[in-house]
Parts: sequence; C-alpha cells; structure tokens
Amino acid sequence: MTIPQQIITISLCILATMTTRFLPFFIFSEKRETPAFIQYIGKYLPSAVFGMLVVYCLKNVDLLHGTHGAPEVLAIIATTIIHLWKRQMLLSIAGGTIFYMILIHFI
Amino acid sequence: MKRLAFKTAFPHTIPIFTGFCFLGMAYGIYMNASGFSFFYPLMMSMLIYGGSLEFVAVEMLLSPFAPVQVFIMAFLIQARHLFYGLSMLEKFKGLGWKKFYLIFGMCDETFSINCSAEIPEGVDRGWFFFFVTLLDQIYWVFGATLGGLIGSLLTFDTAGINFVMTSMFVVIFLEQWLKEKNHVSAIIGLSVSALCLFGFGANTFMIPTMITIIILLAVFRKPIEHMEEEITNKETTLKESTIKETAAGKTR
Repeated sequence: MTIPQQIITISLCILATMTTRFLPFFIFSEKRETPAFIQYIGKYLPSAVFGMLVVYCLKNVDLLHGTHGAPEVLAIIATTIIHLWKRQMLLSIAGGTIFYMILIHFI
Repeated sequence: MKRLAFKTAFPHTIPIFTGFCFLGMAYGIYMNASGFSFFYPLMMSMLIYGGSLEFVAVEMLLSPFAPVQVFIMAFLIQARHLFYGLSMLEKFKGLGWKKFYLIFGMCDETFSINCSAEIPEGVDRGWFFFFVTLLDQIYWVFGATLGGLIGSLLTFDTAGINFVMTSMFVVIFLEQWLKEKNHVSAIIGLSVSALCLFGFGANTFMIPTMITIIILLAVFRKPIEHMEEEITNKETTLKESTIKETAAGKTR
C-alpha cells in the first residue's frame, strides 16, 4: 500500500467511526421515537458482529499446513476458560495472549 | 467548577486507565511489530479512537487497498455507536461546544461511564462528561504511542502479540453471549462468517458475510423476537412461582 492509500484507508476509518457516533444526533430529535426495526437491529447486531470479528482474526490461519491452527484453538480455549472462571476482561485477554505467545514460541 | 468536575470524574476513570494502558500499549507494539512508526498509532489512536477498529485497521493497512470494503467494515464494526448516540441524546442536550467533543470521543468505555455515573448535585454535568471523555482518550493515546515507541526497544520475542486482538474479541463475544437471552444472532455471526470464509477466501469474505448477516437478522426478526418474549415470560413465571413457594413455605 502506498502512503496516499494508507492515508485514505485511515481517513475512511475516521469517517466511518464519526458517522456512527454523530448520525443519531443529526437524525433523531429528542421528541421522535426510534423506528422499531432500528431498535431491533441495534439490539441483535452486536453479537453477530463480534462473532464475525473472531472469525476475521482467524482468517489467515492455515488449517491444512504448519500447525493446523492448533495454537489458535488452544489459546481461544484458554481465554474462554480464564474468562468463565474469573470473568475479568483484562486478565482473560492478557492470559490468552501470553499463552498464545508461549505456544508459538515452543511449537 | 472545572476543578470540582475533574475531581469527581477522575476516580471513575481509574479502571479504564489500567485497561487502556495495557490494550493501548499492545496495540502500539502490534503496529510497531507490523512495521509502522509510532506516528501511526499516535494519529490513529487520537483520530479514529475506537479500539477494535484500530486493531482491524492494522490488518487493513497490510492488505491490498480496498476503500469500499474498508468503509463498510469500519462502519459495521463501529455500528454499535449508533445506539450509544441514541441513549445519550437527552443527556448531551444543551452542552454547547463540549457536545461535539463528547460525541467524537464516545468509545465503549467512556459511553458506559457517562451513561451510568450518578453525578452528585453541584457538579457541572457538561464538565464531568468532558473530563471523563478527555482522560480516557489521554490514557488510550498515551498507551498506544508508548507501545509504538518502545516496541522497537523490546528485546523479548513479540511474535504472537497480535493475538491480543483475537482474545479481546473472544472475551467481548463471551460477555455478549453470557448476557443475552437467546444466541441466534451470535450463532448467525459465527457460522455465516465461517461459511463465507471457506466459500469466498480470506480476502473477499467480509462483504458477503456482512450482507448475509443483515438479511438473516431481517428475515428471522419475528422468530427471534418471539423467542426473546417466551424466555422473558418463562423467567417471569419462574420468579413468580419461586415467590409463591417462598411465601407458601413461610406460611407453613
């Protein structure tokens, strides 16, 4: 990617973010009620989006060659166990990441 | 007035200080390890100011140039902010110039404080919101820039630090899963993405995935809402019967 392409990519990220933050204040006056469909999407979309992001992070994992995705699967299991056990976001994220770093260092 | 608002706001931001320093630094180190100078995390953390998207943006910057996909993806990752805005419409009313910055800096963590904090009488609401937003952003930019600067000085093996992004989304996904009443949307998100990844390949699967998710949510609206209602009803009946049982137990 060239520098201008990088600047465009970052600017689009800024534009998209600010659109999502400012749009409601432009569209909805305090008096009008939010349409039911928008409320429904707002309620259910986040779960799907975070599921999608987990898969997105794993998109370059090669299941057929190398380590066959074993470190990724094991580290996700570790993250899940730590989180269900202590339910402290930072501990789970740090624990899972460190576990993954150790795994790929030795595998 | 400002001093009092600052004193009231600061304690609310301490947990976020810890979190943002760690995540921000991880992000800065990740950018550094991906070959970017500290100037990138500095500018990106200041101007995009949305953790999950900034991590994804590293991947975007390393992939072939795809502006349409970048915008749509960024929009969908950040789409939840639309609903933060809806919740703050009333609270941000009449705050003048501060309102612009409050909306600009409304990340997940800042939103949750500003939305839930009980502001004591006599403390200026506008300045309280302002300092929460400002402090949180300072922590994040500080962490990200520091990570970008010292990343190159780290002598230990940083291979695998990028997994912090995966585990962050796994944890957010889990939190969402634990708090929701039905998992239809979560399952749609995981399975559609996985199927599209196998069908379309790593570079092009996101747009079909996002379109399919919206279509499926629209198609299954009635069953999803119906399921939610049934579960809520069951819970209410359960609660009522427990109350009755306890009451019966007492009379015995």
